[in-house]
Amino acid sequence: MEREAKTKKRVQVAIVGGGIVGTLTARELARYELDVLLLEKEAEVGWGTTKANSGIVHAGIHEEPGTLKAKYCFPGNQMYPKLCEELDVSFRQNGILVVALSEEEMDTVRMYYQRGLKRGVPVRLLTREEVLAQEPNLNPEVVGAVFAPEGGAVMPFELAAAAMENAVANGVQLMVDSPVINAWAEGEQKYLETPTHVIEADVVINAAGLFADDIARMFGDDSFSILPRKGEEYLFDAQLEGMVHSTLFPVPRSKTSKGILVIPTADGNLMIGPTSDDMPVKDDIGTTAEAFERIFSESRRMVPGLDPRKIITQFAGVRAASDRGDFVIEFSPKVPGLLHLAGIESPGLTAAPAIAADVPKMLQEYGLNLVPKSGFEPRREKVVRFRLLSREEQDELIRQNPAYGRMVCRCETVTEAEIVDAIKRGARTLDGVKFRTRAGAGRCQSGFCQPVIMSILSRELGIPMEQVSKRGAGTEQVNFKAKELLGKGVC
Amino acid sequence: MRKMDVDVAVIGGGPAGLAAALAARRGGAAKVLIIERNHELGGILQQCIHHGFGLHRFKAELTGPEYAQRFINEVRETDIDVLLETMVLEVSNQRTIYAVNSREGMLEISAKAIVLAMGCRERTRGALRIPGRRPAGIFSAGTAQRYINIDGYIPGKKAVILGSGDIGLIMARRLTLEGAKVEAVVEILPYAAGLARNVVQCLEDFGIPLILQSTVIEVHGDERLEAVTIAQVDEQWKPIPGTERTIECDTLLLSVGLIPENELSNGAGVQLDPITNGPKVDDTMMTSIPGIFACGNVLHVHDLVDNVSKEAERAGSFAAQYALQQLPAAARRVKVTAGENIRYVVPHEVSLDIPVEFFMRVQKPQEDVVLDVGGLRSVKEQFVKPSEMLNITLTPEVLSQLSGDTLTVRIVSPKEAGRQ
Amino acid sequence: MIKHITCTVCPLSCEITLEIGENNEIISLTGNRCNRGKVYATKEHTAPERTLTTTVRVRGGVHPLLPVRTDQPIPKGKLKEAMLATAQLEVEAPVKMGTVIVENFLDLGVNLVASRDLERG
Repeated sequence: MEREAKTKKRVQVAIVGGGIVGTLTARELARYELDVLLLEKEAEVGWGTTKANSGIVHAGIHEEPGTLKAKYCFPGNQMYPKLCEELDVSFRQNGILVVALSEEEMDTVRMYYQRGLKRGVPVRLLTREEVLAQEPNLNPEVVGAVFAPEGGAVMPFELAAAAMENAVANGVQLMVDSPVINAWAEGEQKYLETPTHVIEADVVINAAGLFADDIARMFGDDSFSILPRKGEEYLFDAQLEGMVHSTLFPVPRSKTSKGILVIPTADGNLMIGPTSDDMPVKDDIGTTAEAFERIFSESRRMVPGLDPRKIITQFAGVRAASDRGDFVIEFSPKVPGLLHLAGIESPGLTAAPAIAADVPKMLQEYGLNLVPKSGFEPRREKVVRFRLLSREEQDELIRQNPAYGRMVCRCETVTEAEIVDAIKRGARTLDGVKFRTRAGAGRCQSGFCQPVIMSILSRELGIPMEQVSKRGAGTEQVNFKAKELLGKGVC
Repeated sequence: MRKMDVDVAVIGGGPAGLAAALAARRGGAAKVLIIERNHELGGILQQCIHHGFGLHRFKAELTGPEYAQRFINEVRETDIDVLLETMVLEVSNQRTIYAVNSREGMLEISAKAIVLAMGCRERTRGALRIPGRRPAGIFSAGTAQRYINIDGYIPGKKAVILGSGDIGLIMARRLTLEGAKVEAVVEILPYAAGLARNVVQCLEDFGIPLILQSTVIEVHGDERLEAVTIAQVDEQWKPIPGTERTIECDTLLLSVGLIPENELSNGAGVQLDPITNGPKVDDTMMTSIPGIFACGNVLHVHDLVDNVSKEAERAGSFAAQYALQQLPAAARRVKVTAGENIRYVVPHEVSLDIPVEFFMRVQKPQEDVVLDVGGLRSVKEQFVKPSEMLNITLTPEVLSQLSGDTLTVRIVSPKEAGRQ
Repeated sequence: MIKHITCTVCPLSCEITLEIGENNEIISLTGNRCNRGKVYATKEHTAPERTLTTTVRVRGGVHPLLPVRTDQPIPKGKLKEAMLATAQLEVEAPVKMGTVIVENFLDLGVNLVASRDLERG
């Protein structure tokens, strides 16, 4: 489409990117009388680095002093309980343990302990006996550990989707399937071009994750670069729930990685990873046999009893690390009113709420007039999770809505009503349904329920089965109707 | 919450559940209930539209739906209760079942005996850890079978199938008949895992290559699957560098094994066999929890539905006896163990008082051997392989000759067997 | 000419070797362990047959497809033609197992029959 033919749209603030940073920022800005638009290149928000990471809410003891990571990590951690409560998102404050397997490693553990004390992070130093009492499946050769009880686990995609839903309920506009293909500034005004629209904005917030440097360059700003770094993770069957209670960190052996962790996720599955490998390209989210071997041998150093046969799936995500080794949170030195929230690698998920909370201040300093919105509703409408209810509550719910009595996902106990609700809240794809409801995320990996979820999506969205996709255009699952290939095929 | 009392509750309305329920009713249980999560009975047989079922039982080559229909019709002629579209959420060790459906909400069913007949599920890409990206177009063979045979959709037009078990072979033919092109069936073993007949009629008939001692080592494509890389494997199943080749395809079907669905069994506290992934049972098909029985693919994965029906009838009739308090306690209990070249044996324990049909699988293929059960009975086998289940029946007369408290099943050479 | 046929009568899967003459006649047949193998291999060489199992579209049923089969095997070479023919068919629910969908299917002297009951949906 010619640029002239595209729909023009004017807003005060345009956010590029619907990852955890963009969506939480959108929600923060929804507190004010502002005209805010978020552009997401994928079919749903939260599908980049946000979807594919460890989901750890860090405690705030790993970050080097003086960095932006240190500045935002602990305050972000402290915001999590209230944030997740307001947005009705699964969050478990299960604590983190940094485990020393030798006397030498104990020095680093003590250093983290001291750092925690200095920052006001609740921390305890544990002896071998104490840590084994807390985590009986840990390698018995453990020497000691530092325990930070306020570390936790969250489902990052769920949080991004919830923040977006809440932002939209409070007036923010969302455009999905809208990659920015061009961007420029004319005087004070900034313009963003998508395949269908040209957006004019007073302020552009660059929260484009892996592609934040590309967005900056479109504006002629090359003040930072994104250096993609891949992490692979392997997820175990929910049967292993309880084998490990807190997130287990080894003592890191490199500057860019906290090592291979053993992670009890917010949903109860155990996960191991991530690797930390520099990549020549941004979009390589493939898994490899070599990384598995590395992850497995490393994680078994901490938990020797991990059984590879209990792995149900694996994935990889790419960290949007900046060439500064730190977050890039600043106005562009080239383009006034272009705010970069970039290079948000670990502990980015933890820091994101604190970063987002700083954005209104930064916009005010830039000159935007922020008037609090009187009707802002911080709470998202509660999500029914059938599997977590009592038998009586389940019975009552089915009486109110029989669709709660139709079980779709056997492995994770997800009902048709929950899937319909997820679609009403913005799910448009199999992955969108899976990440919101867990339908298809269990041990059979949607072998049984995929055809049913497809037919519900088809019915609710009013599209044919051949258009129902895994995660947007091009990822449709079934391409033809039965008999359609006969006559033209090779039969 | 609606409460129900039944004599025998059968969880699952597939071939195992149908046969178990009929046998329980015939065995005198007055109130028999089948709980099925699908909207119709028949289980996975309804999507297995190919023929070859029932050769032993009906002396005919039936299709899956035909085999199921015969049992469904029989159930309809009885007063067996059937709850469709009803999902069991929990089975307690006190034999209380919690289940839901949209019509009645939560059901609390107290059963005098329970038969577990939930079947199995397929191994997934995740469990295999096939490296590469995560494009659309990768299906387990059974899921694709359902799309094609029940829902009426064809996943794609160029497929590779990983695994030459019967489901993989059958799907190769099915896709081809429906007009898609099957580029290859790839098998990690040095021989086809499925029946020779299926290799002939599903692959050779259509010129589909069977690539042995090879596996998929990477999938390609960001959105839709674009290709797979396969490689030959060594004895340890490790890919051999330099043997890689890439096959363009938009669909990958995985037919790489079935796993008993034992979430409910686990929840009830039933002891499982780590090899079969199903419950441990005695010669009445009773699990470690009194009054809870198991049969069919939830117990161990079968090759022939005929065997499932037979095993299920045994479970159903003993469940009826248990419900009627007519199941005598065994005087003696003997553990069954897997000896030389035996991967597992079902049942795991026998009483020696009743005839027992042992089902077992071998660990590796062998020719001209003897299957020996505790030195009590042996049969010659011309060819044994892991993908073909063996069975042998022993009468109480033979069983009672056993001394000691274990019974070991072994595969031995004819010479060795002769020495005994 | 030498031709190899894997016998599919029983799980033993004998590899049967046929020596074929110039007029396509069988000169010798070896490798079979029983007479059934001889019968099978002879048939497979002279006139191989297969049972076709597939689906046809159905109107108003609980499923959009009805599984069907030929009640007798048909010549192997006719499978493609048979598939194209079944692709054109549509039946109306309800259907009972055994109902003849097409009598004397493709003039082959076999019937195409329903493989199950299919209720109205």
